[in-house]
Amino acid sequence: MAAIADSDQGPETKGAMQEFTLRIRRFNPETGEAPYWDEHTIELEPHRSVLEGLLQAKGRFDGSIGIRCSCKAAICGSCGVRINGQPGLACHTHLDKAAASSQTGDGVIVVEPMGNMPVIKDLIVDMDAVHWKKIARVTPWLINKEPVPEREYVVDRESMVDVTQAMACIQCGACVSDCLSMEVDPSFIGPAALAKAYRFVGDPRDDQQFERLKDLAEDPAGIYDCTHCFKCIEACPKGVAPMNQIMRLRRRAGNDHGIVDRNNGARHESAFGTLVKQGGLLHEAELLPRSYGGDSWFGKFAPPAGLELIDSLPVITRALLRRKVTPKAALFPHKLAKADLQNVQRIFEAIEEKEDRHELNLYITGYDEEPAAGGEHSQAAPEQGQPGIEPEDSPTR
Amino acid sequence: MKVAYWPGCVSRGFTPELHGSMAQVAPLLDIELVELDRACCTGAGVIAEHNQELADALNARTFALAQQVEGAELMMNICSTCQGAQTECQERLDANAEYRAHVNTHLEPEGLSYEKGLTNKNFLWLLVEEIGLDALRARVKRPLTNLKVGPFYGCYIVRPMDRLGIDDELPRDTYLALVIEALGGTVIEYAGSHKCCGFPIITMNKEASLKQAGRHLGDALDADADCVVTPCPLCHLNLDLQQPLAERAAGRSLGMPVLHLPQLVGLALGLEPKELGMDKHVVKPTQVIDWTTSVVAGVGAGNDGW
Repeated sequence: MAAIADSDQGPETKGAMQEFTLRIRRFNPETGEAPYWDEHTIELEPHRSVLEGLLQAKGRFDGSIGIRCSCKAAICGSCGVRINGQPGLACHTHLDKAAASSQTGDGVIVVEPMGNMPVIKDLIVDMDAVHWKKIARVTPWLINKEPVPEREYVVDRESMVDVTQAMACIQCGACVSDCLSMEVDPSFIGPAALAKAYRFVGDPRDDQQFERLKDLAEDPAGIYDCTHCFKCIEACPKGVAPMNQIMRLRRRAGNDHGIVDRNNGARHESAFGTLVKQGGLLHEAELLPRSYGGDSWFGKFAPPAGLELIDSLPVITRALLRRKVTPKAALFPHKLAKADLQNVQRIFEAIEEKEDRHELNLYITGYDEEPAAGGEHSQAAPEQGQPGIEPEDSPTR
Repeated sequence: MKVAYWPGCVSRGFTPELHGSMAQVAPLLDIELVELDRACCTGAGVIAEHNQELADALNARTFALAQQVEGAELMMNICSTCQGAQTECQERLDANAEYRAHVNTHLEPEGLSYEKGLTNKNFLWLLVEEIGLDALRARVKRPLTNLKVGPFYGCYIVRPMDRLGIDDELPRDTYLALVIEALGGTVIEYAGSHKCCGFPIITMNKEASLKQAGRHLGDALDADADCVVTPCPLCHLNLDLQQPLAERAAGRSLGMPVLHLPQLVGLALGLEPKELGMDKHVVKPTQVIDWTTSVVAGVGAGNDGW
């Protein structure tokens, strides 16, 4: 394969071949033996992919290396692996870049199977056991509104733009691999499936958005089980930003459908906003009881808040004993000066009373200006995902 | 250097020792802190989850206030979560002039306006990029010799990398290790250093939240750390304040002291542990401090005075 590709390129365009060492994590559960590391030095042009490197190692040195792949063009999502500890597509990672990001000190490229899923063999993980089960969990199809139109559905262009980011998913499992909530709570529905859920919740043709949201909000392993760690955003080779889709699900569940879930998710969000609006700064001592008991001063007297208080007694007692938290600080919150607080409250009221939320999705709009020269805040080129529609044409503006 | 200083809410609430220790350390590094006492909570991502425009407007107000501080070179944070939440808003505001103008209409009645391009750095970034590791090293009075420190970054300050400006030139996801080394300590590598402390879901899934905290502290313990250090007060809440419950969730005893970044720096710069509020932690930092002599010590130090 590599030989054919090489001969396609003329001698002028052909880059110099270079040696790269791949350290591959090998494991075959059927043998009953422990996993081990296998090293192969391959020779390819630096811009070739890690997948091509793996295939060369397989072809030249050891045909038993297990790797799943198909399109070699970052479209099919088959070759998800961890390269130097980071999840991604083997076909979408250049050898030179992988060598540069090596953590071994000698430029060795470490390739491992993805995490959070059982290994079938070497770099092949069992997507059925985790990823696809979770996808199936979110009813991944459109539930038609009745009556079904005779011809096509006609929807606003804007409304579909909102779900294009979720639709860019190629089901590679990179986000699932590194989800930190799933690491401690394997029942978590997870980033890929929840992004898929938003693809239908955000689709105006779907008939059961409320039911979907209610289901995902009430599930203890649902939308409120995401710990906001950004791992999935970092992992995704397609710019889907699953965590952002989870936040959209929360916004729709709490704001648009008024779903108050059993996991304290909506109450927590509501209490946070209320407390900041009341004082300008967060009054932490009040946030916890309100999240459990309800978003009002009386929340702390509700039974769930009491139960939580009892559960947390060892912590509260020690915090008070160590004078980390004083009773005064717990009872009397820090607040902004009156004039500033009024301005903060004015902003809250002006924005919250609007019927439509004003949102800017950079995945759709892209960046309309170059970052300030010399500025520290280095703007991302919209490298992830699509380059973005020209701002002038952007439907969200 | 003069900085517009945003301490955040938690550093003045449940982790007062963070704000206090920063105030002690700043003069030793010639940092003049001009506190943004008119600014409001960043929303910690929760307000943005509820309403993006609201979070952007509240933070644009903070940025505008920072830009009004005369002579300030930049804005500085001591909270990773604030840093992440603010940077997310700033990314949108800086990316799109029309959106920025729209958000600025909310600030107009106060006579405020955010101009694109504010530099906003966490204390950790400022230490490495503005003060410099050599200058920091030169100011060390009490090197943290033999102290084995596990860095705990938290999420908001290391991900997403492109938004936070992390690349080969600015490897900000390695700065804690660089600072620990500059202060004379030993860096402990362990699995959880860049993972989530679990705090954001403490009210939603307490078990999973505490398991995260417990697992990472356990990993640090197994890697032989004397303590961990974090630039995020919310991580500190889950790792220190909640540690008794994290022990329960992890099914093992931990007893791992957790230091705020300014505390670690302050110790090396010669400040006394009590000046840095180290007596306020839930887990006594006895592995870090020999309280009989008030000097930094390794494992096995006495805990007199407690």
